[in-house]
Amino acid sequence: MNKTILIIKHEFLQTLRRKSFIIMTLAFPVLGLLAIGGYQVIQGITPPPAPGEEVTIGYIDEVGIFNDFTEQPGEPPVSLVTYTTPEEATGDLLEEDISEYFIIPSDYLTTGLITRFTLERELEPPKETREAITSFLVSNLLGGQTSSEVIERVKSPLLLNSITLDETGQIAKEQGGPGAFIVPYLFSILLLIAIFTSSGFLLQGLGEEKENRIIEILLSSVSAQQLLTGKVLGLGAAGLAQMLVWLLTARVLVEMASTTIGGLLSTLQIPGDLLVLSLVYFILGYLLFAVIMAGAGSIGATAREGQQMTVIFTLPAVVPLWLTYLIVENPDHVVSQILTLFPLTAPITVMIRLGTADIPVWQLVVSIILMIVTIIGLLVLAAKIFRTFLLMYGKTPRLGEIVRYLRQA
Amino acid sequence: MPAVTVNNVCKSFGDKLVVNDVSFSVALGEIFGLIGPNGAGKTTTIRMMMDIIKPDSGEINILGENLSEATKNGIGYLPEERGLYKKISVLESLVYLASLKGISASWARSRAEELLRRVDLLPHKGKRIEELSRGMGQLIQFLVTIIHDPRLVILDEPFAGLDPVNTKLLKEIILDLRSQGKAIILSTHRMNEVEELCDRVLMIDKGHSVLYGELAKIKTKYANNSVFVEFEGKMGKLDGVVSKKDYGQYTELFLDEETTPQKIMQQLVSQGIKINRFEVSTPSLNEIFLQVVAKKK
Repeated sequence: MNKTILIIKHEFLQTLRRKSFIIMTLAFPVLGLLAIGGYQVIQGITPPPAPGEEVTIGYIDEVGIFNDFTEQPGEPPVSLVTYTTPEEATGDLLEEDISEYFIIPSDYLTTGLITRFTLERELEPPKETREAITSFLVSNLLGGQTSSEVIERVKSPLLLNSITLDETGQIAKEQGGPGAFIVPYLFSILLLIAIFTSSGFLLQGLGEEKENRIIEILLSSVSAQQLLTGKVLGLGAAGLAQMLVWLLTARVLVEMASTTIGGLLSTLQIPGDLLVLSLVYFILGYLLFAVIMAGAGSIGATAREGQQMTVIFTLPAVVPLWLTYLIVENPDHVVSQILTLFPLTAPITVMIRLGTADIPVWQLVVSIILMIVTIIGLLVLAAKIFRTFLLMYGKTPRLGEIVRYLRQA
Repeated sequence: MPAVTVNNVCKSFGDKLVVNDVSFSVALGEIFGLIGPNGAGKTTTIRMMMDIIKPDSGEINILGENLSEATKNGIGYLPEERGLYKKISVLESLVYLASLKGISASWARSRAEELLRRVDLLPHKGKRIEELSRGMGQLIQFLVTIIHDPRLVILDEPFAGLDPVNTKLLKEIILDLRSQGKAIILSTHRMNEVEELCDRVLMIDKGHSVLYGELAKIKTKYANNSVFVEFEGKMGKLDGVVSKKDYGQYTELFLDEETTPQKIMQQLVSQGIKINRFEVSTPSLNEIFLQVVAKKK
């Protein structure tokens, strides 16, 4: 068998056997399932609010027009009781005959000001109470002056339903909204984790081989080029397997979440082009960082030193996450465009932008081409570094030495 | 066909000339010593033979072929800086590293078991390398070197860190390999360790070849023409002895140019003293090395 393929197979199988890899790969699906399951369990044990328990609210009407509609249906139904003096109402409040009371002052029609008294310490008045009081006020203000339908509309005049159209005027498949944003954001984080798990393993593996002094034994059987290619592809295949597991479970989990939990989550969707692009950017992003890690890893004397040297390259990958807000709010901003094109930041930026707006095709094409060119360029450099520094043990060369050696290599 | 021919090879790192115009050849069926102090350029020479680094100039020919990826399969190389994957089992390590030498997994497996049996490590085949003692690990590394039945075996400091029992075992296997017609290159700075094994040697110092040829001839050439005698009683006057040096337990007698050790032996026997030891002095490789280096200066 071809030696490169042997190395790919070996690295792939060894990575699959790593405990940390297995834990990472399974953690995401398991956490997702736990979250959905946990939600349902909590739903199951939380008793639904007792229906029919009527709430009594007192009021003092200094205007003199709020006499009717004192029974407000709703969840829970609210019954309104009128008082003439605040002292009376306070007495009943302390006796807990009423849960709260409010005063409609004589200048209410010009100010709209209502004062509310309650025994509870609360962040803000409960939604149900507000709705009941609003409904009571509106009904009394308009009662007899217009139809009951108009009164209902005045109470809730705007139930907004927005629909996004595509260029042909058809209803677009992706309707945006927070749901459409959550998935790409999640994907960008998964992508980041997947890229750095596998390229991190590469760095660690090289460091270990250097520390274990096995490199020279390997190089007595295969060339540096074969070793580098085999390791990068073998670990890449493992990372790809991890990414596939995540993408598939993401699809299933989203389905489950939107049917069982509903609400915001029912708007979650994983569009097909997101799946395809995340695979493309995983492969490119992984290759880019793997090559960088291999270069840096062979310079450092130990796995740890190699790791320190790569921080300068891994930091840019995370920058788009810090700038998420900017990218989401201004997808066409020049900074967003630069981040899309710059190879180190491209994978994550593209994921984030996909959720909020369409990325012009030219930007995707240019960004992919730039990444490929960078990968090839770095590969040539990494092979040189690999050959030069792999057999240097014991000390990490200084920057000047690195430059000097590379000139001669 | 020689196993190795190296012609006028030079290599420098930066401004430092590490190997300077070195030439030698190694035949199949011989043990060849590549000796010299630390930093002499031995490992660099070997790495060039393994195509791990490229020479600046000169030619290297392995088993009748120019260096290429394919020649690597015919060589077993035990590097000075060596180790194994710690988390993988003994058998798995052997099979994987053997398969990188182009042999099939099934053949590698049966060969691995055969070799493990030879060094009494078969019961440990399922253990991870990190569970083995240091000495066992080193034996496994040696097995990795020869598992693919190479015709050329290159051992860089093979005895470093081995206990006497394993050293003896290793020497036996090396002699076996020679009798099977393999070419073996032993590289070491501990010259005395390999003296008994080598047929021919190349001695290098600071990148230069300083001595090259059959070990026996070199030893004769650098011999002092003296004998060591350990005896009881009083030694009388001996003809042909230029001077004496007393070491307490024994005495070294320096002979003039016409006198052979046999003549001294005859005189001692005729004097009737009891002889416990009589040895023709041959200089050790260490001493020869020191002489050669001193002469150069």
